[in-house]
Amino acid sequence: MSNIFPKSANKLPLQIVIYLVVLVGLATAGVTYYMTPKYTRVGYAPVQPVPYSHALHVGQLGLDCRYCHSNIEQSGYANLPTAQTCMNCHSMVKKDSPLLAVVRKSYETGESVPWVQIHQTPDYVYFNHAVHVNRGVSCVECHGKINEMEVVSHQKSLSMGFCLDCHRNPEAHVREKADIFNLDSPTIATKSGTEAGVKFVHDWKIKPPQSCTGCHR
Amino acid sequence: MAAHVESATPAPAILQEVNPAVLPRPVLVGHNRSFSWITDKICGIIEGPTPTWWWVCFAIACCVASFTVAGIIYLVATGVGVWGHANPVNWAWDIVNFVFWIGIGHAGTLISAILCLLRQKWRTSINRAAEAMTIFAVVCAAIFPVFHVGRVWYAWFLFPIPNSNYIWQNFRSPLEWDVFAVSTYGTVSVLFWYVGLIPDLATLRDRFAAVGNKTRAWLYGFFAMGWRGSNRHWSNYEMAYLILAGISTPLVLSVHTIVSFDFAVSLIPGWHTTIFPPYFVAGAIFSGFGMVLTLMLPLRAIYGLEDLITQYHIDCMCKITLATGTIVGYAYAMEFFIAWYGANPYEGFTFINRAFGQYWWAYLLMVSCNVITPQFFWFKSVRNNTTFVWVLSIFVNVGMWFERFVIIATSLARDFLPSSWGYYSPSIVEIFTFFGTFGVFSVLFLLFIRFLPIMPMAEIKAVTPQADVHAGHDHH
Repeated sequence: MSNIFPKSANKLPLQIVIYLVVLVGLATAGVTYYMTPKYTRVGYAPVQPVPYSHALHVGQLGLDCRYCHSNIEQSGYANLPTAQTCMNCHSMVKKDSPLLAVVRKSYETGESVPWVQIHQTPDYVYFNHAVHVNRGVSCVECHGKINEMEVVSHQKSLSMGFCLDCHRNPEAHVREKADIFNLDSPTIATKSGTEAGVKFVHDWKIKPPQSCTGCHR
Repeated sequence: MAAHVESATPAPAILQEVNPAVLPRPVLVGHNRSFSWITDKICGIIEGPTPTWWWVCFAIACCVASFTVAGIIYLVATGVGVWGHANPVNWAWDIVNFVFWIGIGHAGTLISAILCLLRQKWRTSINRAAEAMTIFAVVCAAIFPVFHVGRVWYAWFLFPIPNSNYIWQNFRSPLEWDVFAVSTYGTVSVLFWYVGLIPDLATLRDRFAAVGNKTRAWLYGFFAMGWRGSNRHWSNYEMAYLILAGISTPLVLSVHTIVSFDFAVSLIPGWHTTIFPPYFVAGAIFSGFGMVLTLMLPLRAIYGLEDLITQYHIDCMCKITLATGTIVGYAYAMEFFIAWYGANPYEGFTFINRAFGQYWWAYLLMVSCNVITPQFFWFKSVRNNTTFVWVLSIFVNVGMWFERFVIIATSLARDFLPSSWGYYSPSIVEIFTFFGTFGVFSVLFLLFIRFLPIMPMAEIKAVTPQADVHAGHDHH
């Protein structure tokens, strides 16, 4: 009776094990890199109907975030400016620029400028913008250095792990009240040490929830 | 010691020398069958043409299994609300069916592991099929917890895999212990079954190669992993088998203990009792042996395996069923005793309600099937009547399903708050899904008996009268 399998089949078990290890390793690495929010969300920078530059308005001209996003300290939802806000200046500055045609149209008709939303919390997450801003969390913690962006892009992963990093260690992320809208300011912990951060969290009674129902209500 | 020997006093009460009568060991392979007869018999089942009854059974089993497939597709497409769960009964048929199927598996592991370590040689002719039963039962069991999570694509949340959501499992929950208990159980059962199969797969490889059936020789040969039956192979094999038996032995006890913790760790009256682990394990082995009898007796009749599954084998299985069934009966009585003796009004109410409340019919079915049925096995005439044993084994299966239903539904439907009391009835989707699992199980089992040796040939040969080196001589 001739052999059913060639002699090379003796190496098969080892080969299968090696292939499996490599395959599983590659799959794990691939999923970890390509299928997590660090890859899927970070860098998202859609083309906006108006080429508004935060680098120019905030970085160079020194506009405060709250000049346009006026309700972010009072409202759970961070608002976008109406065309009226833009026209405060642009009725005089660059009033005929073709780049601002959409804004002028919006101002005349009352239809909103069709901005493309970049940062979005899922429907099953309860997120209150004002609560964060009023408790030492600066814009820069979640949005990155908007004041340096020509085109706004998604900078942080905003995954649940990202939220929990801060909810578990708020002392490393909080800023003085005066520094909240200064995107270049350091955190209390970097400025005055971790103890100062812990003291701020204690004095300001910052108690970020870590239970499921804190955000998934 | 020496004093009494020469004295004239009457003979001592203890005999000088004890010569107990040597009871003949029951023969495990009838009619003094030879090695080649055993090989031909078992391989013949696989090598022969597919019998008509097999196709008929397979077609029916596929139809029945399609109910589970359809039920699951409907559930995934619609949501877990298609099952009949509602406050206060939020655990119902899904967990009943899970515990029912996982319990059935335990007989296979007991036969393969514990009886192996205890050198119970009668295990040899039933262990292969019983282990197959275990694996297929675990498959059926796993369907329910996996799909009851609703969004099944998130079922991986059950495993501690690092993820960007920082979701981590609650290791204080018995439900999480269940995940590990059942997946370990499934893995070890498959390994044990497969290791045992290797020598027999090699036999089939050689037989198919000898008649020139290259495809099947290749397939069996692939899974036989180059088995040549050399001394070295056998010695490695025996060691691997022993180690796996050692690993499986605690699993027989631990898996159903942890399943019982799903209930016992909670605070629901009727669940929160320390008797649950041994009570569940006994029940699991009871139901498992019921299922082994249900499966093996028809196989024995169809394939004419009376010389391999002898009356002695059936006797042994009946006796284990009797023993474990009686333990279960004792547990039922003890639960009532403790409910009264513990003087906890909620516990007391729960047990009165269990027997005489809205689910009295289920309780009656459970007690009559589980306590009365096995008592018939005291009688040799009953054990000798194969048809009757088979019918009784069906009652055991039915009774053990109702045991889980009674425990789960009665305790939840009447818990602490009367304002939330309710009554649970299954939805049609639930009924179909459960009904279909019998098809899933049958499909797998039919494939098993068609394509794999249903008995471990090599092991049976070792327990034949010829294999005994002391055959015909004194056993000293």
